[in-house]
Parts: sequence; C-alpha cells; structure tokens
Amino acid sequence: MTADAHAHHEEHHSSTGLDNRKLGMWAFLGSETMFFGSLILVMLINKHNTLGGPGQEVLDLVLTSFTTFVLLTSSLAMVLSLAAFRNGSLLWGRIWLGMVMLMGLIFLGGQVYEFTEFVTHKHLTPSTNLFGASFYTLVGFHGAHVGIGVLWLGTVLAYSWRGRFQPGMDMWGIELVGLYWHFVDLVWVAIFTLIYLI
Amino acid sequence: MATVTATAPDTRTFAGTAWSWITTVDHKRIAVLYLVTSLAFFMLGGLEALLMRLQLATPEADVVSAERFTELFTMHGTTMVFLALMPLSAAFFNLLVPLMIGARDVAFPRLNALSYWIYLFGGIFMNISFVAGGAPNAGWFGYAPLTDTAFEATHAIDFWAFGLQILGVSSILASINFIVTIINMRAPGMTLNRMPMFVWMSMITAFLIIFAFPAITIGLVLLIFDRYIETSFFIPEGGGDPVLWQHLFWVFGHPEVYILILPAMGIVSEILPTYSRKPLFGYAVVAYSGAAIALVGFGVWTHHMFTVGLGPIADTAFAISTMAIAVPTGVKIFNWIATLYGGSISFKSPMLFAVGMVSMFIIGGLSGVMLGSPPIDAQVQDTYFVVAHLHYVLFGGTVFGLFGGIYHWFPKFTGRFMHDGWGKVHWLLMLIGFNLTFLPQHMLGIDGMPRRVHTYAADMGFDLWNMMSTVGSLMIGFSFLIFIINALRSIRHGEPSGSDPWDGGTLEWTIPSPPPVYNFAEIPVVDGRYPAWDIKRGGGHTGAVATAPEADAEADEPDIHMPNPSYWPIVMAAGMVLAACGLIFHQAFILLGAVLFAISLIGWIEEPAA
Repeated sequence: MTADAHAHHEEHHSSTGLDNRKLGMWAFLGSETMFFGSLILVMLINKHNTLGGPGQEVLDLVLTSFTTFVLLTSSLAMVLSLAAFRNGSLLWGRIWLGMVMLMGLIFLGGQVYEFTEFVTHKHLTPSTNLFGASFYTLVGFHGAHVGIGVLWLGTVLAYSWRGRFQPGMDMWGIELVGLYWHFVDLVWVAIFTLIYLI
Repeated sequence: MATVTATAPDTRTFAGTAWSWITTVDHKRIAVLYLVTSLAFFMLGGLEALLMRLQLATPEADVVSAERFTELFTMHGTTMVFLALMPLSAAFFNLLVPLMIGARDVAFPRLNALSYWIYLFGGIFMNISFVAGGAPNAGWFGYAPLTDTAFEATHAIDFWAFGLQILGVSSILASINFIVTIINMRAPGMTLNRMPMFVWMSMITAFLIIFAFPAITIGLVLLIFDRYIETSFFIPEGGGDPVLWQHLFWVFGHPEVYILILPAMGIVSEILPTYSRKPLFGYAVVAYSGAAIALVGFGVWTHHMFTVGLGPIADTAFAISTMAIAVPTGVKIFNWIATLYGGSISFKSPMLFAVGMVSMFIIGGLSGVMLGSPPIDAQVQDTYFVVAHLHYVLFGGTVFGLFGGIYHWFPKFTGRFMHDGWGKVHWLLMLIGFNLTFLPQHMLGIDGMPRRVHTYAADMGFDLWNMMSTVGSLMIGFSFLIFIINALRSIRHGEPSGSDPWDGGTLEWTIPSPPPVYNFAEIPVVDGRYPAWDIKRGGGHTGAVATAPEADAEADEPDIHMPNPSYWPIVMAAGMVLAACGLIFHQAFILLGAVLFAISLIGWIEEPAA
C-alpha cells in the first residue's frame, strides 16, 4: 500500500475531514507559538539589559530588512510551488520549491554573517550580557527552524523525483512543509518587529 | 494489509516475544508498557519517600545524610510527577481513548511508540545520576540560583535539565497524537458532546501539555546555557534574574498540576456512573468545567510565588484567579455527588477508590483555597502545610483516581478480575495510611516545620506528628505491596471477567476482553453518550451499534487494515537520549546519537506506514 493511498484511507475516516497529519501539524505549531512566545518574552525582558556593553544599536537594519524581505517572499514561492504541483506542473513546482530553499539559505547566510559580525567586530557574544544571550538564543532558535525547514524542503524536492507529488496525487507532503514554513516566517515577522524595529 | 502482521513475530520464544513488544505500535500494548514502567517508577519514587520518612521519624536521626536527603526529595518529586503519574495517565489514554471513541488505533501509531521509548530512556537517563556522581538536588522545581554552576558544579543538575527536556519531547509528541486521535478518529455519530468524559479530560490534558511544556523547555534551555556557555539568564551577577526562572517554571508548573489531576477526574467521571447505574449528572457542565479549569489554570501561576514580593496588585490578581478556579472544581465535585444521589450503588473496589478520590480531593482543594490567600500563604510558605496540600490533591486525588481506574479496567486489559476483597484491603490501608501520613503534616506546617530540611531538634513539638506520618507512609507502602501481589496473581489466576463485568456504558465494554488487535471488527455507529447501555437496555435510542457504511463495503474482506510493527521508534528514542548522554559523559555520544537519529529518521520515512 503506498503512502498516498494510505493518506486517502485516513482522510476517508477522519471525523473533521482534515488529514490527520495536517491536524497534527497544527497542534505542533500551536505548541511552537508558546515556545517562541516564551523566547520572545525573555528577549523583551532583557532588551536593554546590556551592563553597559553592546546593545540594540549593533543590529543592522539594512541587512536584516533585506533578508526579512527575502524570507517573506519565500512564503509566496511556497504557495506558488504547491499551486504548481496541484496543477500538475512538476517542473514549476520544483522550481518554486527550489526558490523557497534558495531564499531560506539567503536568510540563513544573512544570519551567519550577522552573528559573525557581532562576535568579531561588535564584541557581542552570548556571555557578554543578557541582551546578547537572549538575542543569540531567540534568533538562533529561529534560524535553526529555518535550517530544518530548508532540509525538509530538500527532502520533499527529492521525493518529487521518486514518484511523489505526481499529477493527481495527494499533496500532503508539500502542504505540511508549507504550513511549517509559513509559521516560521510568521514568527520572524514578530521577531523583526519587536526586536529590530521597536 | 493484514490483521496478523501486527503480531507476526514468533511469540513462542522469549526473543520473539521481546521483539514483538519492542516493535509494537498497538496502542493497547503500548498502554501495558506505560503501565508497567510507570508503576515501577512509582515504586522507586515511593521508596525515596519512605527513606525520607524514616529519616524524619525521630529527631536528629541519621538514616541518610543531608546531601542525600536533598537528592531524595528532588528525585521523589521529579519521579512522581514526570515518571510515575503522567505516564500512568498516559497508560489510560493509550488503552482507553481509541476504545472509547470507536477507533482501531491512535492517529500516529509509530509516534505513539516513540513517545513511550523516549519516556523510558529519559527516565532511566535521569536515574543513572544516582550512580554517576550524584542525583539532582535542587528540588523538583529547581529554583535558581541553586541550579547554577557556582552552587552545583557536578552534573547533577544537568541530568535533571536534560532529563526533563527529553521527557517533555515525549509528552508533547504523545499529546499531539491524542489531540489528533480524539478530534479526527471518532466513530460515526460520536460527536464531541457524546464523548465519554474520560476522553474529554484526555483531550483537555493534551492541550494543556502542548501549551504548557514549551515554557519549561525554554526555561531549561536558558538554564543549560547558563551552565554550559556562560550566559547569565538566572544569575544576578550577570544582570540575570532568578525570578524569571520561577515565572517560566510555574507558567508550566501550574498547568502541570491540572495535567496530573484531570485524567483522574476523567476516570472518576466514568467509574461513578458505572457503579451508580446512572448517567453522569450534568455531563456538559462537567466537560466545560474541565475546560475552564484548564483555561484559568494558565492564569494562576504566581500563587506559587506569593512570597517573592511581586507586589500587592499582582498578589491580589493571582489570589482572585486562584480562588476562581475553585468554582469549576467545585462544580465537578457537586456533579459527582449528584451522580451518586439516588443511584443504585455497588461498592466494588473501583468505586471505593473513586469515592476516596472525591473526598480526599475535597480536603486538598480546601487547603488549596487557604493557600490561595496571600496572607495565609506567607505564614505557611515552604512548610509542611504545603506538602500536605499538594499530597492531598496529587495522592488523594490523582493516585486514588488512577488506582480506581486500574481496578476498573484491569478486566479489559486482561480478561480477568482483580481480587475484589484484597482490592478493598488495599483501599482501606491506603486511605488510612494516606491520612495518617499527610493529615499530621498540616499541623507540622502550622507549627512551623519547614519542608526540605533533613532533620529537626527534639524539643520543637514535631516528634509525634512526624512519627505518625512515618507510620502512615509505611502503611501506604504495605498497601502498594498488596496491590502488586493482587495484580500479579490476578493476571494468571484471577476470575475470568467476560467482556462487560461492570455493566459499563461506554464502547470499550462492547468488545471482547482483552480486545482484539483491531479493537472493533466493525466500526460502531454511536447515537448517545452511553452507547453500550443503549444496546443492552434497548430503549430510548433507535440505534444499537450498527455497521458503519464504509465497513459494510469491505465486509467481504476478512483482513482489517492495521499498522505494521516498527523498530524505528526505539532506535530514534535511543538516538535522542544518547545525544543527551553526550552532553554529560563524552562528546562521542552526541555524534553516535545524531547518527542513530538520522538513520532512524530516514528509515521511518522510507518505511511503508501501513
């Protein structure tokens, strides 16, 4: 029995009509809101806790605005990818999926650059002060989520060459990573606003 | 695509049997694993408690050292909360939720197995600390700065922090699984408003877990960073704030106590109607009051911190919300009493435990309202009054409720009764022992005996109460031995119970005991809150349990589609816990754990799910 037929099987029996995996992902993301909510709160508490060392002024708004733009745009690419797969266009589905990965990597690249810059030139490390500790923890965890998302997208992309997501098939594999990806984007909107802009 | 695949390993040999348990994804077998493991940890936590009671029986005793005593109370609390009571509740979720909603398994059977193996390895991991340089010793709520490297340079706290992280993963995964199962896998006609009350409470508990655990996850992450990469989140010298830890811990910790009590409330809400031969009184109100408890439970956490000095406004607000939570709790209790009223009551052992739970929980609830008042709390903070209160709700409430559940559903697990007479002896001894242990602790607390102190002087007026308490605790231990012997004996020699020994009203009593692998040969159609009673009584509702339309179409097909066993869950859990070992023992373990995790992840994805 293939996984897709299995998906049909489960959808058939579900009380709400929602696929089990999608509902599970929603529950997981609900849990993640509390995870990032706690991290963001810790960051807000320590935002000005610099012990006279480097603080919010080290944040590079220009660079981060650019990477934020890229990350948010990647959500559009994610939507277009799912739409293309649904319309039976494997080629465009893969292209957009690749674009999402690329944009995720650009965002991560920006973050690596930012972290390196802070440590080497701004002399801000996790142990410098609590601004640094909270910043690296929050942004680091978000970056890890983006990184896992990129790996996951890569897996989905690879499976499109292994007989999955063909025209007419169930697309839950793409929908799941899409839900996750949009959520991670949304979290970044909160982080960017609360930490960088305000 | 075969019924029998799930039991395919050759169970005539020991190796085959062991392999079939290691690879099982059947929710009923996972329930047994949870049950046995959690009872073992319950015994361990109980032994830790007995050692403490022996130390405190007489003034200035020397049974254990002060250092050992701190380890004992820390591990007693941690073990009972995370390794005994939560997993014991999980055993009931696993056994009952699919049976009660008319499903063949949980939504994600392999994830279910993964949750169990993470729990088992996480529990072992945490207890290894006893022989690896010292057990955790900062109390079960691990207050900063006691957990800082300045005060505990050994790995004791690391075992605790990583252990709790591991167990948190297990709890969150299991909860996601049960949320999806309950929302999505109900039999036709099983609307939310017809779900058995235990299923309601399971769902609320699962939601509590997924929303409460992230707070402690973050707290522990910050603690680990403080200990490993020299941040100072909770260290005042570096600008940190120990109170932040308290907030993060109790934002999790208070919902946690509802995570512990709600499943027991669900069990009692099933037992009372069964042995009163009456439907649960005020079904909807009992369900909604459970949800209200959960919701308000997120807004009461600083009542654990009244003496921190958050100011009169914060204290007042949280005192009000704390006392407000007594309302839905009281609603439940009155509905239980109203369920009994006018019922045709039979006092079998499950019923005795259920009634014991309700009455003991009332006492714990009353001292809870007292503690919810900041002036009283300021007087008895950190005394035995608090210890007495929390044991009345968690032992008098949760433990009585869960044991009642074991007696009630033992015939469903095994097809045999537990001996009812010995069950009653267990109940009576436990009830007397419990009250003898914890009632005097109220007096000790009011007299000013602080908790977590390993001894006391002879002339302080504590001697008699302490001796009573120790005698009571030994009685509890003895009653537990009776339970274990009764259970072990009944598995093989108990009186055969048939499929419906108690005239139960919920779906699990309509199928054989022990249930077949596929649970329901035909998926039932439900049109009431007590479908099994409807069938047996015939009247009231049109619907006997009928064949679902989709099952009809497959009626010719003898095989029922069940998930295959899988060994990836245990491998993945081992990988996760090995990685945690690496952070304590040797970095090579991190690599090994990561490799195992990666391999099992690929294997998991590639394995045909069914």
